[in-house]
Amino acid sequence: MLNIENLHANVGDTPILKGLTLEVPAGEVHAIMGPNGAGKSTLAHVLGGKPGYEVTQGSVEFRGGDLFDLDPHERAGAGLFLGFQYPVEIPGVSNVQFLREALNSQRKYRGEEPLSGGEFLKLAKEKAGLLKMDMEMLKRQVNVGFSGGEKKRAEMVQMGILDPKFAVLDETDSGLDIDALRIVGEGINSIMRSPDKGVLLITHYQRLLDVVKPDRVSILADGRIVQTGGPELALRLEGEGYDAVMADA
Amino acid sequence: MPETATLPTRRDEAWRYADVDALARIGAEALDQWTEMAVPAGETHRESFIVGGDAPELRRIRLVLSAGARAELFVTNIGADYTRLEVEVTLGKGAHFEFGGITIGGGDAVREFVTTTIHAEPEATSNQTVRSVHWGTGTGNFLGEIKVARRAQKTGAAQDFKGLLLEAGASANAVPQLEIFADDVKCAHGATVGQLDESARYYMAARGLSPEETRRLLVQAFLGDALVELGDDAERERLLEAALEKLEERK
Ligand SMILES: Nc1ncnc2c1ncn2[C@@H]1O[C@H](COP(=O)(O)OP(=O)(O)OP(=O)(O)O)[C@@H](O)[C@H]1O
Ligand SMILES: [Mg+2]
Repeated sequence: MLNIENLHANVGDTPILKGLTLEVPAGEVHAIMGPNGAGKSTLAHVLGGKPGYEVTQGSVEFRGGDLFDLDPHERAGAGLFLGFQYPVEIPGVSNVQFLREALNSQRKYRGEEPLSGGEFLKLAKEKAGLLKMDMEMLKRQVNVGFSGGEKKRAEMVQMGILDPKFAVLDETDSGLDIDALRIVGEGINSIMRSPDKGVLLITHYQRLLDVVKPDRVSILADGRIVQTGGPELALRLEGEGYDAVMADA
Repeated sequence: MPETATLPTRRDEAWRYADVDALARIGAEALDQWTEMAVPAGETHRESFIVGGDAPELRRIRLVLSAGARAELFVTNIGADYTRLEVEVTLGKGAHFEFGGITIGGGDAVREFVTTTIHAEPEATSNQTVRSVHWGTGTGNFLGEIKVARRAQKTGAAQDFKGLLLEAGASANAVPQLEIFADDVKCAHGATVGQLDESARYYMAARGLSPEETRRLLVQAFLGDALVELGDDAERERLLEAALEKLEERK
């Protein structure tokens, strides 16, 4: 479903990704762990098409097509969702307006009919409920004045509404309290666990992986995937740390 | 016959960003024409309109507010040629003046609001909010003069200007001018000029909004501030829609 081949990318003039290869087939949740500064968020932003992130070599195939042929908004339309490590505030735009326009413009891209206001609100209520978020929050401006944890939960409500085929979730667990972590984890399962969907789950902690059980776990260090294993790899990392596990490999 | 006025030059403070060539096309007679209105004590005058077309335009409004009166003026300036709205307001005791203005457009036209707010008596307040969105080599200006008479204690006067430039050649200018003779006065003034927030654009693209849709949403949010105090929903919608239609002209 997502096939990353020998990916090299610069941020500005600095090479950050240095030959990253990774394949996530449909139906799998693949966790990415790795030290601070390894390039995890860079990978997410290269997939998202963030300006200033330049691919210098390699390829990414997404759902059978070349991901880099698509503009950032077209990637979303094609079913890619990026959960931000630092969600962005948009003053003056309400979540409801933002998400309705985003969803309808994705639907237009896919040649589907737009949702009416009523249909959208029904959907938004359902997904907010799934993440136990108050509908009142959705009437507020996008991420403005949200706490760190609320922003992360709101990202998952967005994901529920947009219903992507593939999600790249960058530290969605950071900033969440214990109860919220479970709610968000279960939300990810309910939205994304499906034979025709995939997830790249970037995280530092086992705690989220206890809820969203990954099929594969990879270590990203210095711009490459240096090790891949099953869920036990994450448990070993939790116990021993990167240096020990990577020295063993 | 109106007496022949001489055309102002850009050396004159209130005309420093004006398109004086366009002014010459309008003709000096326009300088003598004022729409005047007196708002009786305790009453409210509300007005909202759209100015600006293909020809240069100068419009001047003079308002005199008696004690406790209120004037609310909301204007979208979409001129494709030089379009200048001047408002002179004299505030009686405890009166209030509310102004919300939008300038929007590309090409090489200058659109401007020039206000003179005279706090003549105590306890009057004024609040002015202008938002300017330009591209091409278009310009938007807000020249706001505030005069507070010696006896006008407990005056509150606020001006807020924000410019949003969609292209490098565009410009937006705020020129506040304060002339204060009372000592118990609260004056607030803010002016910033910037571009569309790069990280918001990326975030919105990541959710599926095209660059055009993103721009429209962000511009709409930006302009909203100028019209928040406009209580009539339909009018607010009309003024905003006129601005957003102008935005569609941008290629
Ligand atoms: N604009 C930039 N210019 C130069 N270097 C950058 C820029 N942005 C990021 N980097 C560098 O790229 C490297 C990878 O950053 P990235 O954010 O991808 O790390 P990460 O693996 O997500 O780390 P964390 O676990 O802390 O979130 C870091 O060394 C960072 O300093
Ligand atoms: Mg990161």
